[in-house]
Amino acid sequence: MEENLAIRLRRVVKRFGPITAVDGLDLDLPFGTCVGLLGPNGAGKSTTMKMLTAQAIADEGELNVLGYQLPGDSKVARAEMGVVPQLDNLDTTLTVEQNLRVFTYLYRVPRPQRREAIERALEMANLADRRDTRADKLSGGMRRRLLIARALVHRPRLVLLDEPTVGLDPQVRQELWALIDALRSEGTSILMSTHYIEEAERLADSVTIMSHGKAVATGRPSELVAEHAGAEAIEVYGPPDRLREVEASARAGGMSTRRTGTSVALLRLDDATNGGPPDGERRSANLEDVFVLLTGEEIS
Amino acid sequence: MPATAETVRVRRRLGRLERPALAGVLVREVINYSSYWRSVTFSSTVEPTIYLLAFGFGFGSLVSTVAGYDYVEFVGTGTVATAVLFSSVFAAMFGTFVKREFQRTYDAILAAPVDTEELVTAEALWIAIRASVYGCAPLLVAMVFGLDPSWGMLLVPLICFVTGFGWASAGALISALMKSIDNFSYVTSTLITPMFLVAGTFFPISGLPEWAQVAAWFNPLYHCVELVRAACFGFDGWVDLAHLSILLAFGIAMWRLAIWATARRLID
Repeated sequence: MEENLAIRLRRVVKRFGPITAVDGLDLDLPFGTCVGLLGPNGAGKSTTMKMLTAQAIADEGELNVLGYQLPGDSKVARAEMGVVPQLDNLDTTLTVEQNLRVFTYLYRVPRPQRREAIERALEMANLADRRDTRADKLSGGMRRRLLIARALVHRPRLVLLDEPTVGLDPQVRQELWALIDALRSEGTSILMSTHYIEEAERLADSVTIMSHGKAVATGRPSELVAEHAGAEAIEVYGPPDRLREVEASARAGGMSTRRTGTSVALLRLDDATNGGPPDGERRSANLEDVFVLLTGEEIS
Repeated sequence: MPATAETVRVRRRLGRLERPALAGVLVREVINYSSYWRSVTFSSTVEPTIYLLAFGFGFGSLVSTVAGYDYVEFVGTGTVATAVLFSSVFAAMFGTFVKREFQRTYDAILAAPVDTEELVTAEALWIAIRASVYGCAPLLVAMVFGLDPSWGMLLVPLICFVTGFGWASAGALISALMKSIDNFSYVTSTLITPMFLVAGTFFPISGLPEWAQVAAWFNPLYHCVELVRAACFGFDGWVDLAHLSILLAFGIAMWRLAIWATARRLID
């Protein structure tokens, strides 16, 4: 057992009837790092998150969280981790402070430290001046900050963030990114599932791209881009017929392509064999290119 | 990070039904209760009181004594069970369904160091505590209309607690078995309403056909009614012990079934 891993999954399988939601997943999260779990809807991210808190029980494989074997020792592991759910499940008729107080009890913060734990969480989420506001009177961004603060009252060593910024304005999203980044710089280990590429690119030390329940690529975002998409991409715009033509000839010439909706992006330009790529808009390749290349263009 | 108690890692499996886990769930309920206690207390006490007054005055003008008691005494003690039933089974049915399906509260609780067994137990305990208080309301109202206080009445909250725990667990079980909150009306119509009526609350079971008298023994509410009357007017040895045993058995059976059904719903 590697002692430096906060999460270690090996060949984990989870089936729901005929559907295999997680299909032999391996995942490592070294202590003190932030790992992004990236994948389209239905890739198995949420099921993976649920298995880490034993709210779903794996059919096969090994799950180890903070050195504890799951599901048997899941309760001890849960005592040392914080979970930020995708769906808002605050107690809406309670105030910000009451919501936090409830969680100091659920997470067994010793009585003399409760007061301080609540204050620290309020501070961290920048909600100190909202302590007496009922949760249902908060804005979407504040509610999400409260959800994060609620998961931190017991100073967890590991935090699970399930789609932390889904459905929020860009401004609010940036605010949350700052909060998550502050958490990471304190040394907290973070597993974050997301389907926002930019979020993973900005926050994650390492990214695991999931597709159909499997990890299809793992590495630093920049490494993944270099490996799978190359340094630069060329975007070619035009009518659909022209795009199909460009696509076919680029593939014949050893390059990879992806549709962006309005254009075709040519990737792995270094692999071009037939006299180089056609003219188009040059740009840096990014994680989104890798994501689409690896998880497919079709929406399942 | 300074070495505080919370950073000390105890490498052991945590046990079942731990006190801190039960306390955590109870504290959540108590803090939430502070925001809605008025409406719950209103419906849980006023409704049985209305039954008490309506039947007390309505039937009371036709019949003066039933089974050897003044009708107000008969109905006043009987509606204790009604108050317990209403404040426990419905609270558990609707409360757990809303927390599980709509508010997703249970997802948050189970992500903390709390297991389904602790969650279900703590919530049933909380509802039982409430029922033991609300159950006394009809008794107090009946006293205004002539029910004589007795020492045995001090046991009524305890009887209400045991009954309330069983019904709260039954409510959690029903909630876990139903796919939609609309389906609750089937259970209410076919199970709860008949039980509420044929429990010896408003009229004595002895006046019913024999099959109904036998059926009443399978109705936990009937045993609650009998025990409450015994507490108020005097115990009858073995018979009351039988009533209590049946109530306890009902509570334990529903409790375990509720845990099983809830875990099936919450853990994939």
